[in-house]
Parts: sequence; structure tokens; C-alpha cells
Amino acid sequence: MKSRTDIAVIGAGPAGMAAAVMAADHGASVLLLDEQAAAGGQIYRAVGSQKATGSAILGTEYYQGGALVDRLAASTVEHVTGATVWHVSDQREIGVSVDGAAELINADHIIIATGAQERPFPVPGWTLPGVMNAGAAQILLKSSGVLLPYPVFVGTGPLLYLIAHQYLRAGVPIAAVLDTTPRSNLCQALGLLPAAFREAGQIWKGLGWLKDLRTSGTTFKTGVEDIRINGADHAESVEYKIAGHWHSCSAESVLLHQGVVPNVNLAMAAGCKHHWSDAQLCWHAQVDDWGYSTVEGVSIAGDGAGIVGADSAQALGGLAALDALYRIGKLSIPERDKIAMPLRKIMSRQQPLRRFLDRLYQPAEQFRIPADPATLVCRCEEVSAAEIREAVSLGCQGPNQLKSFTRAGMGPCQGRLCGLTVSAIIADELGRPVQDIGAARLRSPVKPLELGQLAALADKE
Amino acid sequence: MSRIPRKPCTNVSFRFAGETIEAQEGDSVAAALLAAGHWTFRTTPVGVAPRGPLCMMGVCFDCLVEIDGMGNQQACMREVKEGMNVAPQSGAFEAAP
Amino acid sequence: MTGAQTADAVIVGGGLHGLSSAIHLAKAGVEVTLLEKDRIGRHASSANAGGVRRLGRALPEIPIAVAAIELWHDIESLVDETCGFCESVQIKVAEDAEGLNALQIRSQTVCDYGFAHEEMIDADTLHSLLPEVAKHCVGGLIVKGDGHADPFATVRAFHRKALSLGVRIIEGAPVTQITYLNGKWSVKAGGLAFNTPHLINAAGAWGDQISGMMGDHVPIQAQALMLMITERIKPFLSAVVGAEGRTLSFKQLDNGTVLIGGGYQGRAELEHGTTTLDMRQLAANATAAQAIFPLMNQTRITRAWAGIEGVTPDRMPVIGHAGQSGGFHLFGFSAHGFALAPICGRVIAELILSQQTALPIQAFAVDRFQRVAEVT
Repeated sequence: MKSRTDIAVIGAGPAGMAAAVMAADHGASVLLLDEQAAAGGQIYRAVGSQKATGSAILGTEYYQGGALVDRLAASTVEHVTGATVWHVSDQREIGVSVDGAAELINADHIIIATGAQERPFPVPGWTLPGVMNAGAAQILLKSSGVLLPYPVFVGTGPLLYLIAHQYLRAGVPIAAVLDTTPRSNLCQALGLLPAAFREAGQIWKGLGWLKDLRTSGTTFKTGVEDIRINGADHAESVEYKIAGHWHSCSAESVLLHQGVVPNVNLAMAAGCKHHWSDAQLCWHAQVDDWGYSTVEGVSIAGDGAGIVGADSAQALGGLAALDALYRIGKLSIPERDKIAMPLRKIMSRQQPLRRFLDRLYQPAEQFRIPADPATLVCRCEEVSAAEIREAVSLGCQGPNQLKSFTRAGMGPCQGRLCGLTVSAIIADELGRPVQDIGAARLRSPVKPLELGQLAALADKE
Repeated sequence: MSRIPRKPCTNVSFRFAGETIEAQEGDSVAAALLAAGHWTFRTTPVGVAPRGPLCMMGVCFDCLVEIDGMGNQQACMREVKEGMNVAPQSGAFEAAP
Repeated sequence: MTGAQTADAVIVGGGLHGLSSAIHLAKAGVEVTLLEKDRIGRHASSANAGGVRRLGRALPEIPIAVAAIELWHDIESLVDETCGFCESVQIKVAEDAEGLNALQIRSQTVCDYGFAHEEMIDADTLHSLLPEVAKHCVGGLIVKGDGHADPFATVRAFHRKALSLGVRIIEGAPVTQITYLNGKWSVKAGGLAFNTPHLINAAGAWGDQISGMMGDHVPIQAQALMLMITERIKPFLSAVVGAEGRTLSFKQLDNGTVLIGGGYQGRAELEHGTTTLDMRQLAANATAAQAIFPLMNQTRITRAWAGIEGVTPDRMPVIGHAGQSGGFHLFGFSAHGFALAPICGRVIAELILSQQTALPIQAFAVDRFQRVAEVT
């Protein structure tokens, strides 16, 4: 791996792949760094080496990602797999580890395309073995063809219905689908539907999954207001509340999903400013319409800046690369703007559907701010909602100060699974907007880094 | 646990908690353990609670196991290798020279 | 001045030194107002390694460090909480004969100065006390009875105690102007104005800015000293360890995490109160840690950070009277202020209440830098 490059792209999902290919096609030296063993990110995971049976189960869209992976392979991009980026400085220095060895690399421009993760879903019992994210079930299916037994699908959002539908097609007996979409969301989203109808294909597809599920004989409950997962050492049953009444169903696995949120850790630690998005209830990077951040020479593209979906992410990757090419002197402004035009069209076409989906599937407050005080918020350090509320009552004003009271956010996941919940709880307790409460101050290393690897850097030039 | 039949591919076997597990080449350790019916990968340092994978994408750090004597390995990020020795991690990482 | 509020004492700086001074004064019935430009304990007070030690102190600081340790052993009497203080053996290891010799000279020097707390230990004793220390280490310097505390818990305890004693704390109030007339200090901060006969400068890395407003020039360098912490690790160490000839501070906390520091520098942005990490310097810190404790090789760092420290040319603090009467300085602790905060607050209170203190503080006089400047 070279120690200097024109453009470094971090993350090989749709945005990262598109950015890398665009940059390389216009003559920049490009280094693409990604943690996984193959390109594709999460949505197109393992598409290049797909071993499971074909589109009947996974769907045709998944295989479209393969085209982008092929273009990447054919380009001059230096794609380094198994590369964990743990540092980006405000001087465009990148700290990355590959095969147990850490290196420091410099780039003239960095495009952060770290994509999304699933929103945490803190309910009582969510830490039991057998409880996983719906996306985790997707990864198991795509990468290994593994299907979990007798699942209960809990939550809201297209990805939940997609994986439930994939399980249906694969013939797996489903314990139940428990839909937590607040009933009020539908009324509010209806107003956004007409504009979204340009992307009608996507909507029909989603309705098709729901229809199949509901007519398949699978237990399908809507308007679920509360969830408890029970079991001794493993998830055994799920209790759910509808219209004030509790019901129960047994299960062997529980798959949770309430949307995806940007992976912000790397961008935040690099110093990029973020602001709270009320529409998506997560942190958005402060970027211009080329994805350029508040740190010089750093752009953020794709879901990592704010959730946009795979097609838009691909377009944004291209736009970020075009802007980077201009900034490093490979393209003029007119050239940049001309190539950008079709990408901007894709963005504007997709936006109405995105707004509709955001509104329709916005997670209910009780699933973002757990009411049950015993619910674990910080999984790594086993800190409950009650402890966080107690800290606020003792004077804690924000997530950084919380470190004086509890170890929430100080475990190996570095706040990825608890950060949003912590900020939401503190905001709720203090009656202040999340924007004011803020996020915990993140710093390098943004993935745990072995001391020996760090030490070895001292010997390198 | 079931698996979708795949194109013919190489079998890989490894050890976990005294058992031999049959996996397929390309499986992550986590996928292989789940496919073999193992849900619990570790117990937590604070509450000694059983945990298994949540996210399968390297974000949650709940799928930590010991691989060939080295703890704190994210099972979802490591590919199975023939003869690997995997063990559940109990509590905190044990540092050793 | 219209709208000016009065107080018996005004303290600039809401770190531990400011809080400590406030507590000691308030306990004696003094009406105290404390002005903090950011949040209480925002900077070095929360970002240090929590060391409470006599080991390795500059000779003039030893008496005050000894008194500090006594106070820490009974910190609950001062602030009603333990602050997570626990006794822990402090050991500075030597890696070779040369290092051992340097430690021996140090031990003798301290002894000649009148203090016997720094003792030598041989290789056998060292390896039995620190079973995981690198095999090549040949001995060390040990202090028993020192310890460490939890910076967060300490800041919270001192903050709470100050409030309970009626100290008026105003956050978000940077001082913009200080004047002195007829025995009274006038201070403008955060849109407010205060008059007081006693002004205490406990402004940490910004202490020279405040001292300058008070008429005293102090050459302070703001340094961003980096720390890093690991995940929880099964316990293997109960002492706090440094190494002769290396910049290293190494301890394992009760929760199993290992805290590594010692003094490698990042970059401080004083105006914004922020710091930037330097990865190569952090790597040098990691090298030192691994050289002394080889078992750390595959442990994982989960976070690194840096506190902003005010460092003086002789790395000793400024404690005592300002040039102008009624003014007092308490800053420039050069990365070892945490341990001294409880006692130094008492020293300042004694100077105000009884015009004297039993502890020798002449070496920390504010004008020592000017005297040097005059001579050279």
C-alpha cells in the first residue's frame, strides 16, 4: 500500500465504489480502503462471490450491485480489503491497519463513505443471545446462506419487510412479524406520497412484500406499542403490546430493525461538524451539495452523511469525487458541473421517496427512549436507562459529562450502539432538543487499536 | 438452523468449546457458529451475561471470541480456517506476552 | 462601577485549584464568587491521569506534595466523598545499570533533603511486585503510601462541595478585564462586573493571560499532553509505574482498563480550548508502554485524548502572592496539578485569612521568572 495518494476513499459500499471509480477514471491516483473482504458494503455484501441461490430469494436489485463491483475491479483503483481505518486527522492523515500492521497514509483529498448501521433498538431483553438485527440476518443469508430458526421480526422499515419476505420465500417458518410503525405515521406520510409516486416501482415492490407476508398465514401484527424479549440465556419469547393489551409469542430468534443511521464516528473524530436531523432522528454531516465537509480536504458521501439509500449514495459518491477532482486540479468547474448533471437528476428523483419513507417509518419515541428503566442502553458496559436518568438528576448535562457518572460509551463499540439513545434520554430528561445536547466527543482511534500496532508506527517513516 | 444449499464448495472444520464444527469456506466464524446452533459466544465482564452477535458487521463488538489463544476477536470479521481453535470469551480480555 | 457585585474573594478558574481555594475559603466563612470561562473542570482537571504522588517531585515541591498526600488520605473530610482515591504503590523502574544508578542518586538526593519516602528496590523485589514487568528491568525506585484518584469523581465532589458551602459559581464567563484601585480589584467577566479585595488566579493554562491582566508576567507554554486508555483487561497490576529515561505513566484502574500517559504532546488550540492528537507521538508512548509491559502488545486502545496543561520554564507551579497586594496566583502546575489541588487551595486560603502559610512556597513565587529575566 502506498503512503501517499491523490484521493483516498474510505468504505467500499455504493458511495465509496462510485467515488473511487469516478476519481480513477479522471486520472487521479485512488486508494480505496474497506474493512470487509470484498467490495459491496452492506447492501451489496458478498455480491461478487455470491454463493447462495439466485434472485428468487435475494431479489434482482441486489445483483445490480454486482455491476458496480465489476467496474471497480476493472479500474485503476488500488482497493485494499481488510483495511480498518481508525484515524483521519484534520491534516488528511489516515491511520489504517491491514493484516495486523498499522500505517499512516497521506492524501490530498479524503472521501469518507462509511455508510450506515442499523439504528439501536433498546428494549428489555435485547442483549439476549438469539436477538440480532434484521440486517445481520441479511448478512448471514448473503454471505453464508444461513437462515435463523423460527424468527420473530420486530420493528419498522423496508429492510425488515424485505428480510421477512426473503425468509418467506426460503420457506422458513416465521413465528411472527410485529410491526412497530406508529399508526399516526401513515396519516402524516400520505401527504408526501404523491410526489414519491415517480418512484412508484419501489413502493409497489414494498407493498408486494407486505401483501405476500400478510396472505401467507404468517402472524402479522401492526400498531405494536411496546416490546419485551424474554429468556434465560437465550431469547425464548417476545411479549408485545397493542392497544394497551400485552400478548406473547414464542420464538427461537428475534430480528430487530427500525431503520438505519449514518456511521458518523470517523467523520466526527476527524472534526467534521454535524447537526441533528429531525426528519431522520440522527446526526447528519454538515456538507455542501458536493459532500464537502467543514474540514479542509475532506468530503463525506453516501449514507454516512445522512441516509439516502443505495442509488442516491452511488450518485453522491460520484459527486464527491467530481468535486475532489476539481479541488486537486484534475477537472475545471465547467467540466465538473457537466459530468455532475445526470447524477444530480438521480438525486432529485429519489428525494421525494426518501422523504416519504423517512416519515412513514420514523421510529416511535418509546423505542428510541426506553421507558423501562432496567433496559440496557450501553451494551458494552451494561449501563441501564435508569443509571443515565439518575446521572441527569445528579447534574449531568450531556453525553461528555456522562463519562463522569457512568461508563456508557466507553466500551469497545465506542458509542455506536448507545450514543443516539444516550443523547435522546438526556434531551428527554432535560426537556431540551437533541441538537443542544449534542453527541459525545469522539476521538481517534475510532476502532479499537492494538497497542503493539500503534507502537510499531513509531519505527516507520 | 438451516442453510440454503450452495454451489459445491470446500468444507472447513474447526474446534469450538471441545466440539468439532463443520463449516464452509468463506463463512465468518460467527456464521459458522450460528449455523452449528451456538448462540452464546461470550460472557460480559461486568454482569457475566451471555452474549452473541447482534450486527454481524463489526459494529457491536458483542461477538467476541478467542481464536487460537487470542481474545477479543470479532467472530463476524474473521473467516474460518481449517483447524482453527475457537473458544468463548469469558469476561475481560486476558493480556499475555 | 454601576452594577458591580461584591465578594470577599473572586476566583478566576473553575478547575480543581479554583474549586479547592473556594472550598477552603468558604469553610472559613468567606463569601466567594468563582468565574469559569467554560464549564467546571472542563480542561486539565478532567483530562489527567489522576496521579497522587510524591515520587519524582522537584525538591522544592516535596513538602507540599507530602502535605498533599496526607490530605488525600482523608479527602472525605474536605469534600464528603472519596473521589475514588486509593493507595497504590508507585514504582519507577530502571532498565539497565545506568538507569539504576540515576535512581540511586535521586533516592539519595531526596534523603539528603530530609525525606525518606523514595526507596530503592532490587531486581527480585521488582519482579515479585510487578510480575508482568519486562524481564530486562533491573530494579526501581518505590514509594508506598502514594495513590491515585478518579479525576471525574474528584471534580464532581469538589463542585458539589463548593456549591453546598454557598460558593457562587458562574460558568461561561471569561474574564475580559482586571483593574486594581485603592485596595480593590475590579473584574469584568461574561457581561458582569465584580469588586473584591481578594482576587485569585487559578486559570490553568490560561493563567498567564489572567496574571498579565493583574500586572504579573509569567512565561507559560500551553501543552496538550496525551493520554490513552484500553478496554477492560483481566487484572495484572496494582501499582502505578513509570520508567527511568522514558516518558511513561502506566496504571491499571479498578475496572481493568489500563491508562497510559506520561507527557507526549499533541497540539493545543488555546483559543478554542481544544486539542489535536499526534499519532506518531502517541506511537512513541505506546512503544514505551510495551517495552516495560510486553503483555500489552495485543491489548486495544479504545480512546486517546489530551488535556491542556500550563507549563512553566522550570516545570514548577506559581503559588502565592501576586505582585499587587490582595492578588494571588495558583497555576502553572505543569502536568502534576491534580494531586496538589486540595492542599494548594488551603495554602491560598491561609495566605488570605492569616497572611501566612506553614508550607514553604518561596520557590513558587511569581516574580522568579522576572528575576531571571533581569539577570540574563
